Amino acid sequence: MSENSLIKASDLGRVFDVSKPWLNRVLEGSEKQFLTAADKVHFDIPKGKTFALVGESGSGKSTIGKMVVGLLNPTSGNVTVDGEDLFNPKDKKAQLALRRRIQMIFQSPYASLNPRWRVKNIIAEPIKAFNLLEGKAIQTRASELLEQVGLAATDGEKYPHEFSGGQRQRIAIARALASNPEFIVCDEPTSALDVSVQSQVLNLMKDLQKDLGLTYLFISHDLSVVRFMADQIGVLYLGRLVEIADRDKLFEAPQHPYTRMLIDAAPRVDAFGRTADAVVGEIPDPINMPSGCSFHPRCPLANDRCKTEPPSLIKLDRAEVSCHAVEENRNN
Amino acid sequence: MTEETQRGASARPVFKEDEHLPFWKRWMDTDIWHSYKKSPVIIIASIAFMLLILSAIFAPLISPYTPFDPGSLNLMNGFTEPMSKNDFTGDYFFLGTDDQGRDVFSTILFGLRISLFVGLAAVLFAMTLGVILGLISGYLGGWVDGVIMRVADIQMTFPSIMVAMLLYGVGKGLTPPDLRDEMALVVLIISIGLSEWVQFARTVRGATLVEREKEYVQAGHLIGLSKWAIMLRHILPNVTGPILVIATISLALAIIAEATLSFLGVGAPKTEPSLGTLINVGRQFILSGEWWILLFPSLTLLALALSVNLFGDWLRDVLNPKLR
Repeated sequence: MSENSLIKASDLGRVFDVSKPWLNRVLEGSEKQFLTAADKVHFDIPKGKTFALVGESGSGKSTIGKMVVGLLNPTSGNVTVDGEDLFNPKDKKAQLALRRRIQMIFQSPYASLNPRWRVKNIIAEPIKAFNLLEGKAIQTRASELLEQVGLAATDGEKYPHEFSGGQRQRIAIARALASNPEFIVCDEPTSALDVSVQSQVLNLMKDLQKDLGLTYLFISHDLSVVRFMADQIGVLYLGRLVEIADRDKLFEAPQHPYTRMLIDAAPRVDAFGRTADAVVGEIPDPINMPSGCSFHPRCPLANDRCKTEPPSLIKLDRAEVSCHAVEENRNN
Repeated sequence: MTEETQRGASARPVFKEDEHLPFWKRWMDTDIWHSYKKSPVIIIASIAFMLLILSAIFAPLISPYTPFDPGSLNLMNGFTEPMSKNDFTGDYFFLGTDDQGRDVFSTILFGLRISLFVGLAAVLFAMTLGVILGLISGYLGGWVDGVIMRVADIQMTFPSIMVAMLLYGVGKGLTPPDLRDEMALVVLIISIGLSEWVQFARTVRGATLVEREKEYVQAGHLIGLSKWAIMLRHILPNVTGPILVIATISLALAIIAEATLSFLGVGAPKTEPSLGTLINVGRQFILSGEWWILLFPSLTLLALALSVNLFGDWLRDVLNPKLR
């Protein structure tokens, strides 16, 4: 897509072995079982932009997020940061340098801060781990970061349990910023927060993006949050990207039947009194995936071709869609 | 900020929000202190335990006689009854004397010292070993976990006193003969410690399994921390809660295990008698009417084990939010 992309995920795939223990398999005569959490996921994120991944629970959003930060090794494909391979670094030093540039904000601010550590030490930990500063400068920097996310420098002396959920997420953001990263993966950063606090945290993240030139991979199931944050959106279904489009394009003219279903199901303020169209069916078992297009059991447009032949991404104007119906113009 | 309200603050703040109060003032406001004030049994138990510890520490200052200095002993003092003067020498003995003329009160004070020292050291040893093995087992998982936990399972099938006795025998056999007396206590501590580590390891492993899945551990991986840094700096502080409770209950068990071994004659040597050794000595005279030589060390052991046990039970209840 863009030439100056910072993060490039190509053909990213992850398969989990969910088999029973060897002895059980032998006794019960059962086969090994595999779960495909991500399959041929491909995206570029330009510098300073936000790419959002949306999808239902179990669509593989978090798995992809973990692979992009290097917490989880992919079974196929790779991730490059500024052209450098994240999983096959040249040496230990290069790996550490790469790690410094990537950070993550986790879903639950209640679990992502060590409850036994003072906030100032939580924030200072990445600085120490990467040897960015020494001595007194570390604490000065921690105070600076606290103020940058809208907390007081004196809050550093407190423990995480003394803060509200929104404040904790601010602390998590301060920690993520401590290593001066360029790229931050945000794994549903607001889903554990009250609605009133969500917008504060989102605004903070947008401001920081503008000030520091950050690049985000934003993972969420909340379409209104995604609409606010993202420049480009990828819709995930059972570990596959079914549609990638610019934000406005996606919300104005969604192509894939699944994207339409999601957008129709989202409650909207301007449609007060309207009955929301519920999403039909549930996400299938990722261990026994449907044949052909994995969405066909729920798709209103499915035909025989969809049941046998898996679709691949086709390029449209400002979007990429993987759907036979769109390709054959059956979608109107 | 509007979210400055305490909405998300922990449901059970241990300390008052005002950080300027001195530590003891904040301590006075905790659930633990309130529960302590309300239960007279625990107040008595903790006072008794403190008194026993203090008298063990200051034994050389408190004890009226030096019972293990052969030069100061007078055989004429043998079998003096409690609260009486000896007919021959005129010395006064609070709790009477044994067959050698040793003051029972003084021997109890020194015996208490050995019992408490061995108990505490054994628990400390068991705790260190159990916590480290539990952390490794829970964090690394896989075959390491398998090996450690199977060893623990096997050990659990034997009574711990039997394990301690077996280990004591092996340890004694391994120490050179001329060092046996000096090493006796060390061997005793190691064998009791090795018989008690399983409890610690299992509890810590369970807590580690929960903690290692939390996001703060992943945040540690993200910045390239080593396994040991994550285990010791991040997980360990979060699994220490139950350790304190187990340590207290194990202390009572270790003291009793030591007394049992010494009573059976395989524990503390006669030159450094513990309460168990004293009870063993007193047992020989119970049928000939010198009851005090047996009774007073036994009562001391009872008071010690009971107070530690009550304290441990209370601590377990007060620190377990499910029992509130």
